[in-house]
Amino acid sequence: MTATTENTTHSHAPVAQAAQPAPQAQAHGQQHPIKLYLLVWGLLFVLSACSYLVDYFDFQGYLRWFLIVLFMLLKAGLIVAVFMHMAWERLALVVAILAPPMAVLVLMAMMAWEGDYTNYLRVIFFGA
Amino acid sequence: MTAEPVTTEHVTTEPTLRSSLHGMVADWSSDQRSFKSASWGKAMMWIFLVSDTFVFSCFLISYMTVRMSTTVEWPHPSEIFALEIGGKKIPLILIAIMTFDLITSSGTMAMAVNFAYARERRKAAILMLVTAFFGAAFVGMQAFEWTKLIHEGVRPWGNPFGAAQFGSSFFMITGFHGFHVSIGVIFLLIVARAVWRGDYDVGRRGFFTSRKGRYEIVEIMGLYWHFVDLVWVFIFAFFYLW
Repeated sequence: MTATTENTTHSHAPVAQAAQPAPQAQAHGQQHPIKLYLLVWGLLFVLSACSYLVDYFDFQGYLRWFLIVLFMLLKAGLIVAVFMHMAWERLALVVAILAPPMAVLVLMAMMAWEGDYTNYLRVIFFGA
Repeated sequence: MTAEPVTTEHVTTEPTLRSSLHGMVADWSSDQRSFKSASWGKAMMWIFLVSDTFVFSCFLISYMTVRMSTTVEWPHPSEIFALEIGGKKIPLILIAIMTFDLITSSGTMAMAVNFAYARERRKAAILMLVTAFFGAAFVGMQAFEWTKLIHEGVRPWGNPFGAAQFGSSFFMITGFHGFHVSIGVIFLLIVARAVWRGDYDVGRRGFFTSRKGRYEIVEIMGLYWHFVDLVWVFIFAFFYLW
């Protein structure tokens, strides 16, 4: 979400920009320091280890669900923002890609309601 | 995943939300192309990934629905996916290894994109091959997992551990994801070969499209690969850990 002006230059240090001869086609390719990728890689490892530990230590109930969702969202955010370069894309693309999947939350809410109701009926009528 | 701007500290010229919004309106009303910083190839990959997001969302939501509505106890993934290592049962260990494997492949892919743009063909191609190797290893572990479960009597219509819906959800979700990984491995090998040969430097035409490729293909390929990793994050959380 950086460049708001027309020219989309990236604010990073020119990693190997100098090595590029002339071809203009790749003038604004996504190039970011390797160090950043390694950092995110490390963070993803730590977060995955944390989610695994939630199971290993057998946390239960709301604490378990909260931790699972927290680590999941952090991992997803890092992957989308850095590995998929969303953090450096223009807002027009970011919104076009990230807004539609929000509709999934509506479906999820409706199906949770539905699933709960089905379960209720099964308990009542089949005495399961 | 919110639509709010992600703040990154390494950005020197900090755009405000207001200026970003103005930019967005200007992009969409510019009457030519809306995605100024993305080529058509990249934009199309993103749009494909959005549609794929809906496919996987539907799988995960139907899994949620059957799990919530069944009155039979849901099998414990923690025990089912445990492995015996050195005479000790470690819960969910295979899935944890698969997770680390896929994250590692994402890391190597991200670096491959960097080297491709820097025109370091050999490094980029080798990193892509490493990515493909980790992808293939992932599929291999999944095949092992499927075999183990099938031997234990898990079927799409029932299993000895509990709710019958466990099997159908498991095979559907992990199968579809594994299929994505397999396609990704093939895609990676094809692009790695093109990068290694320098096809994008000499402008050799692709065997399938008969068009000249560009190094941006590596980034587009990377988007697909990271998406596969992203989906696994959700499967890991909702199917294996919940």
